[in-house]
Amino acid sequence: MTRRVSGMSGVRLALLTMLLTVTVAGVQAQVGSDRLANAAREARNWLIYSGGYFSNRYSGLTQITPANAKNLELKWMYQAAVAGAWQTSPLVVDGVMYLTQRPNDVVALDAKTGRVFWIYRHQLDPTLIVCCGANNRGLAILGDTLFMGTLDAHLVAIDAKTGRLLWKTTVADSKGGYSVTHAPLVVKDKVIVGVGGGEYGIRGFVAAYDVRTGREAWRFYTIPAPNEPGGDSWKPCPPASSTFCDPEAWKHGGGSVWVTGSYDPALNLTYWGVGNAGPDWNNEQRPGDNLYTDSVVALDADAGRLRWHYQFTPHDRYDYDSVQVPVLADITFHGQPLKAMVWANRNGNFYVLDRETGKFLVGKPFVKVNWMDTFDERGRPNQTPQPPGMPTWPGNQGGTNWYSPSYSPHTGMFYVSAWEGYATIFGGTPVEYQEGRNFGGGVNRPFVPVPGAPAVPGIRRGPINNWTEAASTGAVLALDAATGEQKWKFPMTDVTDSGILTTASDVLFTGGREGYFQALDARSGTLLWKASLGAQIVSGPITYEVDGKQYVTAISGLSLCVFGLRE
Amino acid sequence: MRAHTLLFGALLGLAIAGPPFIVRVSAQPQAAAHPGEYAPADIAYGARLYDAQCTTCHGANGDGVGGVDLRSGRFRNAVTDQDLTRVVTAGIQGTGMQAFKLDQSELAGIVAYLRNMNSFDRGSVKPGDADRGRAVFDGKGTCARCHRVGDQGSRAAPDLSDVGATRSAGSLLRSLTEPTSQMFPINRPVRVVTRDGKVINGRRLNEDTYTVQLIDDQERLVSFVKSDLREYTILTVSPMPSYKSTLTDAELADVVAYLLSLKGR
Repeated sequence: MTRRVSGMSGVRLALLTMLLTVTVAGVQAQVGSDRLANAAREARNWLIYSGGYFSNRYSGLTQITPANAKNLELKWMYQAAVAGAWQTSPLVVDGVMYLTQRPNDVVALDAKTGRVFWIYRHQLDPTLIVCCGANNRGLAILGDTLFMGTLDAHLVAIDAKTGRLLWKTTVADSKGGYSVTHAPLVVKDKVIVGVGGGEYGIRGFVAAYDVRTGREAWRFYTIPAPNEPGGDSWKPCPPASSTFCDPEAWKHGGGSVWVTGSYDPALNLTYWGVGNAGPDWNNEQRPGDNLYTDSVVALDADAGRLRWHYQFTPHDRYDYDSVQVPVLADITFHGQPLKAMVWANRNGNFYVLDRETGKFLVGKPFVKVNWMDTFDERGRPNQTPQPPGMPTWPGNQGGTNWYSPSYSPHTGMFYVSAWEGYATIFGGTPVEYQEGRNFGGGVNRPFVPVPGAPAVPGIRRGPINNWTEAASTGAVLALDAATGEQKWKFPMTDVTDSGILTTASDVLFTGGREGYFQALDARSGTLLWKASLGAQIVSGPITYEVDGKQYVTAISGLSLCVFGLRE
Repeated sequence: MRAHTLLFGALLGLAIAGPPFIVRVSAQPQAAAHPGEYAPADIAYGARLYDAQCTTCHGANGDGVGGVDLRSGRFRNAVTDQDLTRVVTAGIQGTGMQAFKLDQSELAGIVAYLRNMNSFDRGSVKPGDADRGRAVFDGKGTCARCHRVGDQGSRAAPDLSDVGATRSAGSLLRSLTEPTSQMFPINRPVRVVTRDGKVINGRRLNEDTYTVQLIDDQERLVSFVKSDLREYTILTVSPMPSYKSTLTDAELADVVAYLLSLKGR
């Protein structure tokens, strides 16, 4: 072999080298910015947390159809080892699947068989403080580098071929309750993350880091300082306040970022949903609208400057995080093309915004709402706080929450997992900020028709539903993306924390707390197929193709289950 | 059996509208009890617990600890009922206030009493007697025909072996006089009609979108796929009779005392 090669001419050797390079690249090409920008059109892969920069969680794959979905069968499983809600959403790049598992591992495996190539284990700071479950929701990729945020508020870069750590940078101090739980978003040469920890009185921000070095490129605080635009929305305390008021509320004003943002390459804007104000429930101690909590912010992707914002729930007292993925959709609105942002918010309303300007266009409840009744022309809600002891709809966990919705350009419908008939009796109590201490300020009670009866739990307690239809039920709602009009509903007995995936063949995949993984007809909501996987499904399904075969994923409990058509 | 007539007799007279085999029962919004309202039965139960466990330090009048006056209605470490519960169950570090291990019924009673120490007239409530209550339960009340305590009684209605640890005194009293008002939704009676016309009445144990699990009136554990059924009905009216007019106030208090003594194993 050596002799034969040495016998080649220099030109022939160079040609062979090029050929080999091209052949390998055809199978496992690097993920450049151009591929990310066109990720939604690269249907066989899943290159970004929500499938593409528009965060539609929609795939162009069509092998699985409403007609053959009944032939889906389990192809392989992968078992994690650490118990707890497994909320991750995998990436798939040219036959290799990358995913995170609890608490902050990264796993690379063969997307066709589930066999593992390598595992990277991030060593967490043992003193970390993290709110609401030790979750990680996924990864970003650029070139041969994977990016993951960590529970101890770091950002790590990992070699996608070896699992070796390339760099690690500190995003924030985890002792103050800061964490990074969502999948980063890569835009050009920057990787963008936000911080969680609103229940610990953080001052939230979104920041971009150089993909090569991890050096911070820009930072946008979701809670403006008093001298910054929006800072006057944290109003001074009244001189003779009869209740506790914090004159420096903005310093621990919350504004977490729990889920991945979106990006419009044509506008060069990146969009992020911002979480609740701190403290969550005692709004009296933080006068004002409390920008940019419960808002969506549109930032210049190169510099992080605020281009526009829209606040869904001003001066929130209900923990109505805008902890949803901003879904970008090019739709027809009143007969005209519109670059829209469509959003089913935790506060129970569905919104259509102009994503170039932030202009409010539609606001319409998708579940029962009684914390507000009308919108003014600029989209400001007229709030109707309920008397003490009376229930507020939707309840504390919201009409929906962090789990991904889906938008299908093929049907024009927006699909969301909703909690119906769910209310909370809210109450605030003063709380002074202490670093690393819970900063909720609430005395909330779930609303149940009989005192002491089981209430729908914030997180799943087990396989027995003893709260029943009286406390809340779940549903997949299909809404007209331009109007919010409900087109169909798929009711579930228990509530659902599952994300939703749709495909170009009009198949919708989703799970739920009951442990069923279901395929529905995206046009009618008709059940096509289901599998009982035995444990809750709390992540968003993805789909991909290897060797001409389409696969779809579901994570149930500690099991990653991958389905394909029976051959 | 009469027991089953008691439990399921109410099912027959109700007309249910809805889809062919599934009847959805929506939540019935009700005004929540005002935060300042506490059932007299809870206050009375709390007073007895207070006498047994709190007077050593706090005294009968709530002023036994220097600088602390429980009758004032103001608490240094608690604003809400949840705060009070936390102080009682976790204690206060660095003080003589120890942590108390109390169940839900007892906590509801203690909080109700602490909120009403200043106005509660002990003479206004005659405490029940658990032994007499047990006799009423087994005899005049015929409760064991539907309910089970320990290894005695029917499994058709909810097992009461630990009801004294999970239900407040006020709730138990209302259960006896207005059963539907206190029926937990999971205990709503259900009626199933299979495709071949077989009727099964039972009590729900679990339910999901596609299936339901019951204990039927023959005490069998059964599970159904809803799409296999001709009818599946969830009822919202309790089949339990009200004892408001059949038991005296003293007998009701005795039965509540007996139920509160049922703490499970």
